[in-house]
Amino acid sequence: MIRTYSSTSGRFDWTGLAFTILLAIVIAVPLLVVFTWAFTEVWRYPSVIPQKFGLRFWDQTLSRADVWEALSISLRLSATVTALSALICLPAAYAFARMKFPGRDLFFLSFLASHAFPKFGLLVAIAAIFLQLNLIATFWGVVLIQLVGTLMLMIWIPVAAFQAVDRRMEEAARDVGAGPLRVFWSITLPQAGPTIFAAVLLTFVSTFYETEGAWLIGAPQIRTMPVLMINFINNQVVIQYGAVLSVILWVPSFIALMFARRVIGTGAFAKGFGA
Amino acid sequence: MARLTIESLRKSFASTVAVDDFSLDVADGELVCLLGPSGSGKSTILRMIGGFEQPTSGAIRIDGQDVSRLPPDRRPTGMVFQSHALWSHMNVFNNIAFGLKLRRLPRSEIRRKVEEALELVGLGGYGHRQTFQLSGGQQQRVALARSLVLEPKILLLDEPFASLDQHLRERLREEVRDIQQRLGITTLFVTHGQDEALAMADRIVVLRNGQCEQADAPDIIYRNPQTQFVAGFIGQMNFIAANVEGGTFRHPHVSIAVGVQDGPAVLAVRPEALGLAATDGEAGATVLRSTDFGSHIMVDVELADGTRLKAMTSPSIRWERGARARLVPAAYALYRDNRLVDSGRVEGRATTAASLDVVRVTV
Repeated sequence: MIRTYSSTSGRFDWTGLAFTILLAIVIAVPLLVVFTWAFTEVWRYPSVIPQKFGLRFWDQTLSRADVWEALSISLRLSATVTALSALICLPAAYAFARMKFPGRDLFFLSFLASHAFPKFGLLVAIAAIFLQLNLIATFWGVVLIQLVGTLMLMIWIPVAAFQAVDRRMEEAARDVGAGPLRVFWSITLPQAGPTIFAAVLLTFVSTFYETEGAWLIGAPQIRTMPVLMINFINNQVVIQYGAVLSVILWVPSFIALMFARRVIGTGAFAKGFGA
Repeated sequence: MARLTIESLRKSFASTVAVDDFSLDVADGELVCLLGPSGSGKSTILRMIGGFEQPTSGAIRIDGQDVSRLPPDRRPTGMVFQSHALWSHMNVFNNIAFGLKLRRLPRSEIRRKVEEALELVGLGGYGHRQTFQLSGGQQQRVALARSLVLEPKILLLDEPFASLDQHLRERLREEVRDIQQRLGITTLFVTHGQDEALAMADRIVVLRNGQCEQADAPDIIYRNPQTQFVAGFIGQMNFIAANVEGGTFRHPHVSIAVGVQDGPAVLAVRPEALGLAATDGEAGATVLRSTDFGSHIMVDVELADGTRLKAMTSPSIRWERGARARLVPAAYALYRDNRLVDSGRVEGRATTAASLDVVRVTV
């Protein structure tokens, strides 16, 4: 394993600093604006900072039952979809990475297909089928539609992770007496672990924010957070509603990232994302 | 106490035969080197013994028991890989302890055995280190300790020093040889470096195209190569191709009476067995270069037909570039179709006769 440590001695890395600042501006400024709006009661042009801060819109948002219900549905959906996706995709990814079977390449590419065509057309077609199966506006209907969207991510990233595991490490484990299952559990999975964890995290977060499928299949009974947010914005143009919901929507991302840092450490986590 | 017997081992992949009818007997405590160029099948043989490749046919016996159908985890073999293959998510202690934990040994015994193994490879107290904090040589020692701690009957080493620099390689091969002799462990060692084989092995098996060319002690392999391939692969060797006519190997520069039938043949002479004598006129070989190694001088000469030879001469005589020299072989081997057909020493008088012969032929 190669570790690179940023040098604390020697010349200062000005280019790196410039990139850091640029990235910080591009990423942080929009977030900051939204964050500010969420705690604003009055903010009129041309003032740079709001005239009146306050939690009025938080009270209004959080007192609504549909917000809490949507949050609960979103969390349950994301957890279910991620778990199912991992259950289906991880063994498949291992098979793709390590086994040779007829039609392997074609089958592998087919996972890309769901992302290769305009998604909305596909969704409409699936919606028509779900209508006949009475899956429209049900929890499991939304689970199914969101599952399709996660397959590619959950196959391709773990396949790369499994392929990157040195075969000699696995052979060395067999050599000292570990059976195939033990090798997978003690060597392959820990080696591929950070990358797979990153894939699971990405799947959870992207499912949480998925809108099209959830809206088309779930509406009107199953309303996720992003769908609710669209409703809010469509019905009354009050920026604060959107901002408050947006800040609430950050929460799962933050929790996931914090959890990731605690569990596997920043270095391994960044490595999982290819850094 | 372990004896390894390989009988008519064969391994063919889709279109190629990697190992062809290979048999070998390794005695208890012996260190045998499998030596050959890349693609000679040496690693495939080792991997079949370790259980990572299935033989197409043949048997592998350890102490009489056929293990050739057992998976690697059921074989009493320990393998050290070229790339060391340490588990980077475990520290040194856990790398070595992994096999012991699988055997459900008590914790105190695991600790004791791991410490012993680390002491054995000269890394006492390194248990808490992460594997990536170690140098290449240290990593390879940990890999060796990981195999040895399980006390395998057969130790398999697959080019373990290939990724190390020359200096480290020489030191480590001495250490490995020491450890191997101290433990008396039967060892099979794969390498493509002849120095390594000559320095470490009790016996060398030279492989080509999946077949055994010669299996003998290092000195015999060097002094009495049974095939032209072995002669050329181990150490430096001069080859001169010509015809045998009437019981004499005849070449414009050298003629030797040999006891073989007429026909094409290749004369092989080691640089240290090839003397040079000054000669005048156009006859003789042309000196291309002379390199002083202190203890001896290596002179490169070119024959009229373009063949280049190396001669090891005493530092007392200087050879200038472009000078003419007469070849004075002291010992030779003669090969026909890769097989040794004749060998012997050239007597002082015979040399003179032969060189007179040269003069007669060339003038």
